[in-house]
Amino acid sequence: MRRAYFKNNWVAALVVTPQLLIIFIFFYWPTSQALYWAFTLEQPWGGGNEWVGFENFRYLLSDDRYWHSVWVSVVYAVCTTALAMGMALILALFADRQLRGYKGVRIGLIWPYAVAAPAIGLAFRFIFNPSAGVASYLNYAFPDFWNPVMNGDHALTMVIIAGAWKQVSYSFIFFLAGLQSIPRSLTEASAMDGARVMRRMWDIQLPLITPTVFFLVIINLTDSFTDSFGIVSTMTSGGPARATNLMVYKIYEDGFRGLDYSGAAAQSIILMLLVVALTFFQFKYVERRVHYS
Amino acid sequence: MAEISIRDVRKSYGKDEVVHGVDLAIYDGEFVVIIGPSGCGKSTLLRMIAGLEAISSGEIAIGGKVVNDLEPRERGCAMVFQNYALYPHMSVAGNIGYALKVARMKRAERDAKVAEVARSVGLDEFLDRKPGQLSGGQRQRVAMARAIIREPEVFLFDEPLSNLDAKLRVQMRHEIRRIHNRIGATSVFVTHDQHEGMTLADRMVIMNKGTIEQIGTPEEVYDHPASVYVAGFIGSPSMNFLAGTVEAGVAAIRLGNDGRIDIAAERAKALDGKLVQIGLRPENLSMVAPGAGAITGHFEFAEELGSGRLYHFQFEDLTLTVLSADKHSFQPGQEVGLTADPVHVHIFDGATGARLDTLEPMRRRASLEVAQ
Ligand SMILES: Nc1ncnc2c1ncn2[C@@H]1O[C@H](COP(=O)(O)OP(=O)(O)OP(=O)(O)O)[C@@H](O)[C@H]1O
Ligand SMILES: [Mg+2]
Repeated sequence: MRRAYFKNNWVAALVVTPQLLIIFIFFYWPTSQALYWAFTLEQPWGGGNEWVGFENFRYLLSDDRYWHSVWVSVVYAVCTTALAMGMALILALFADRQLRGYKGVRIGLIWPYAVAAPAIGLAFRFIFNPSAGVASYLNYAFPDFWNPVMNGDHALTMVIIAGAWKQVSYSFIFFLAGLQSIPRSLTEASAMDGARVMRRMWDIQLPLITPTVFFLVIINLTDSFTDSFGIVSTMTSGGPARATNLMVYKIYEDGFRGLDYSGAAAQSIILMLLVVALTFFQFKYVERRVHYS
Repeated sequence: MAEISIRDVRKSYGKDEVVHGVDLAIYDGEFVVIIGPSGCGKSTLLRMIAGLEAISSGEIAIGGKVVNDLEPRERGCAMVFQNYALYPHMSVAGNIGYALKVARMKRAERDAKVAEVARSVGLDEFLDRKPGQLSGGQRQRVAMARAIIREPEVFLFDEPLSNLDAKLRVQMRHEIRRIHNRIGATSVFVTHDQHEGMTLADRMVIMNKGTIEQIGTPEEVYDHPASVYVAGFIGSPSMNFLAGTVEAGVAAIRLGNDGRIDIAAERAKALDGKLVQIGLRPENLSMVAPGAGAITGHFEFAEELGSGRLYHFQFEDLTLTVLSADKHSFQPGQEVGLTADPVHVHIFDGATGARLDTLEPMRRRASLEVAQ
């Protein structure tokens, strides 16, 4: 065995530099900046940063507003994940049975994932506008039936639906691939054994795609924590009364609106650790544990 | 009673018709083997009986009841798949008992039944294992047990033995026949292995390109193949074919320049002047002194089969094989006379390949029965 190598080292450097540069500019440099800010505090009247250790974190963890944001984020992540995966699974089960028109559905379902979050947010803001469209009729018939501008629960529901809509396609593709990798003869055998469609899904298809389910739970949770900024920013700006103030949005608010760089940096470090933990869990346990035969 | 009657059944995928009007009557408790080359529509026919494939036209009835529009579970059939199709996430017991669980049989009753069936196929030690932890033969048994436990009226097999090694295949073949004798369910068994077909079948159905070529007992099919196709497909080593012309004057078929096979005078008279294909099984040819035989072949080589030898001869531009228990040692190129007993000369139409024989109507028999 002979390794490929470059005679001139500068050629090798030329090849890897762009990639290293991108990783450095968009990952290591911001991360190092965040770390720097997280452990320091700007002096009141300017003139450099002061090392404060874990003070920023200690302050955050004793702040009720922060914990509220964490709680809202968890609710958002869990609900979005459940809703998106539930919808995706149902759609995938139908698509797998090749009901009429599934090809169109398949293509149509992939699009939402390609749409930028702010665009989705704007579209849903229009759809859920309490004083226009369907919602206005409902509000006319039942006053205060739907008012995400005033009611925090309504607002959270709205961003969850928008977020789930965005995630459905991703899960759908994985579910469909998972279902289609199950040998047809297994569902046929269970049909011969007397199981009806729903029973076959429950007894045969679902257990056989558990690896996919676990994978998607992690991916969706991670995505809900990190990729929800665009939706919140365009739809609710974290309101009303911080009801939709997700962690990722709070970082932006505290940092760029409140100009509390240190607090925002500490929050982003915590969010990063959360994502790292989820990813670690994914690799360490899920990928290893869930398999058959 | 679970006789199966199949009337003019067709199957199309889009524009392609792959099964072209099959008529077949299978009696209650009969073991029928459907045999044919790859892609001839055997599985498709079986799956239409099972209800896994829609019937494009025609009618299938099981036990006198038309099942065209019934779901698989309403047809009372059990099926053993080629790749076994065991549920990988369930234990052996779970696999075997699944049908009963779906049918809501009580736990205790179900366990007892699973244990009993597992014992009958020699699986009682493996009930807690997953299919992935079993050998091919054991998986095969699980698939059998899963079918048996439902006490089906009809047993369907789609090449269930083709993934096993030769020895295990013979063993499982015997076991399947034993189980059939014990349970007595109507069985339809698809295979492309003629030994399997011949040994298992009460009757064989030989298919080719989506149609049935012949239906008959293994003996009928072997002794009176209905067409050149069946004659060539059934029998190993396979039959020799020669083209010739019938000459009533000498009560023989003239082959090539100087070959001549004698046949019965009435047969020759009926077919005078006709271009025919004759079929000679290797075991029906015998070797005599050069010039004394019907044709003279040039020896090429011999294959030792243990119980006998298969001698290969060159006749004009054809290869003829002769199966004999006698041990000869010919030199390559040596001239040897070959002769055939007129009784065992199969005569087929030179153009259509159909058997030219009094027994030819046998092929039609089953379809007439269906029509009644
Ligand atoms: N789902 C399908 N769509 C289109 N054509 C099909 C489909 N299933 C089978 N066919 C075609 O139907 C014909 C018969 O197939 P079938 O599976 O019945 O063959 P077979 O006799 O069982 O062959 P084998 O011995 O290889 O299993 C084949 O030509 C095959 O290409
Ligand atoms: Mg097949």
